[in-house]
Amino acid sequence: MAVGLRHDFERMAQWIPAASQVLDLGCGDGELLRFLREWRGIKISYGVEIDERNVLRCLQNGINVIQSDLDAGLSMFEDQSFDVVILSQTIQAVRHTESIVSEMLRVGREVIVSFPNFGHWSHRLQIALGRMPVSDRLPYDWHNTPNIHLCTMVDFEQFCADRQIKILDCCALNQGKPQKFLPNMFATLAVYRLCKASG
Amino acid sequence: MAKVFDHGNSVGVVTPMSAQFDAPLKLQSGGELSGYTLMYETYGELNSTATNAVLICPALSGHHHAAGYYAATPDYIGWWDNMIGPGKPIDTRKFFVVALNNLGGCNGSTGPSSINPVTRERYAASFPVITVEDWVESQALLASRLGIHQFAAVVGGSLGGMQALQWSLTYPERVRYVVTVACAPRLTAQNIAFNEVARQAILTDPEYHQGDYYRYDVVPWRGLRLARMLGHITYLSDDLMGSRFGRDRREGSEAGYQYGFNIEFEVESYLHHQADKFTKMFDANTYLLMTKALDYFDPARSVQGDLRAAFAKATAEFFVLAFTSDWRFSPERSMEIVKPLLDHRRTVSYSVIESPHGHDSFLMSIPHYHALMAAYFDRIEV
Repeated sequence: MAVGLRHDFERMAQWIPAASQVLDLGCGDGELLRFLREWRGIKISYGVEIDERNVLRCLQNGINVIQSDLDAGLSMFEDQSFDVVILSQTIQAVRHTESIVSEMLRVGREVIVSFPNFGHWSHRLQIALGRMPVSDRLPYDWHNTPNIHLCTMVDFEQFCADRQIKILDCCALNQGKPQKFLPNMFATLAVYRLCKASG
Repeated sequence: MAKVFDHGNSVGVVTPMSAQFDAPLKLQSGGELSGYTLMYETYGELNSTATNAVLICPALSGHHHAAGYYAATPDYIGWWDNMIGPGKPIDTRKFFVVALNNLGGCNGSTGPSSINPVTRERYAASFPVITVEDWVESQALLASRLGIHQFAAVVGGSLGGMQALQWSLTYPERVRYVVTVACAPRLTAQNIAFNEVARQAILTDPEYHQGDYYRYDVVPWRGLRLARMLGHITYLSDDLMGSRFGRDRREGSEAGYQYGFNIEFEVESYLHHQADKFTKMFDANTYLLMTKALDYFDPARSVQGDLRAAFAKATAEFFVLAFTSDWRFSPERSMEIVKPLLDHRRTVSYSVIESPHGHDSFLMSIPHYHALMAAYFDRIEV
């Protein structure tokens, strides 16, 4: 994970009203929740994290953390009990992608998901040249990567469309700056705001 | 050979103290204790505003000697000495720590083996059944006596954790942080069943004499021994017993099976040793009382078993810790504490610590466990 403030944080913060109750899944050391607390005044928030070193850092950062495996579900959280549920650059490392997204939509009135865009031209080029892509956003080799479910922006939008998930907002970022032109080709990072279509 | 005791980072020489209470204590059972003594120890200094006090609630066999050692017996180190002391997770340079022996105990606080001031005989079986709620009442009275209106934190493992939970319900305004380790909000049928077997071992011992064994100058050691052996098995994990003992046979038995009922396996030898040690220092009537306090504890009893409703009153900040190999109070059981707190949007954190030591993990020096505790206590402002 990149050191310092990540580019998707500010974008996410703009989508989260100050009085929101926020759940951050795969919260790492609590960096995002800390950012939201300090810059957005978010008072009620919890992080879910599996890694014990990160759980310790959350405690040191004064973040409420629940140590749990996302792939085991979110049974400790009630239906529609959070304003926003965030999955920040974690969806690509989750085993049961579909079930975690549906759990997020169960627990949260809105869901924010960010992920490295696999459709970025540099990834396409590397594959065209016969290699698995390695980049700033995906700094792993094929054999040691935790990223088992990578997708492009187009893939993700299709995933949502197939499951009656409404895309409320989308922000494509290229090195931290909005990428309007051919985002699936030039964006390094994608951030989506979602809710249930029927809702 | 003389043993060398490493007292590094210890609170050092400590002295047990006693507090006498003359006003009767009304008990949850409807009975009362006309007057009683609580044994306690303190470590560190209470600050001028009395905002740095931490209460250590004892588990089943716990008592007031939680840290340091006695001048006369330097090898008798407090039961949670690895957690409490200067530079330790519950840092006595910052906190004023209070540990006590609960009512019904057998380490100096009023219990079944104490003399009833009314009859001038030992209470024995007439000692009333004490509950977790009763303990919290008596602990609150001790706190007031020590000039503590509000604890910075109330901490406990296992049965001690239940007392910490009860503090947040009985006196939400008198505790800022609650830390429970290897705890559950109430016992399951299986937990109660284990306790009942332990009690039956004692109650059916021919030396039990309806609890009046002191009069005959005997103790129901066979029953207490069995109770402890059973308990001890449930405090350890299958994996740990497997790696520590396996099917090893003790010295002298390696040659071959003896085809008899003497102690042959190392695990048998270990259990016997533990039970013998325990029987010498623990009172059978106290064991009965402690197991009953465990069985009865249920913060949701008055609200149709609804833990969420029960925890509505709790306003403290919580840290709940569990251990992977604890099957007596498993991580899932600890989550039953966390869930209602999350429902009420309380400030709560929860961690599951990798450990092979089973329920007993909470007493062990596990680096990550201690790092978590240190980080949490570091956060507490005094």
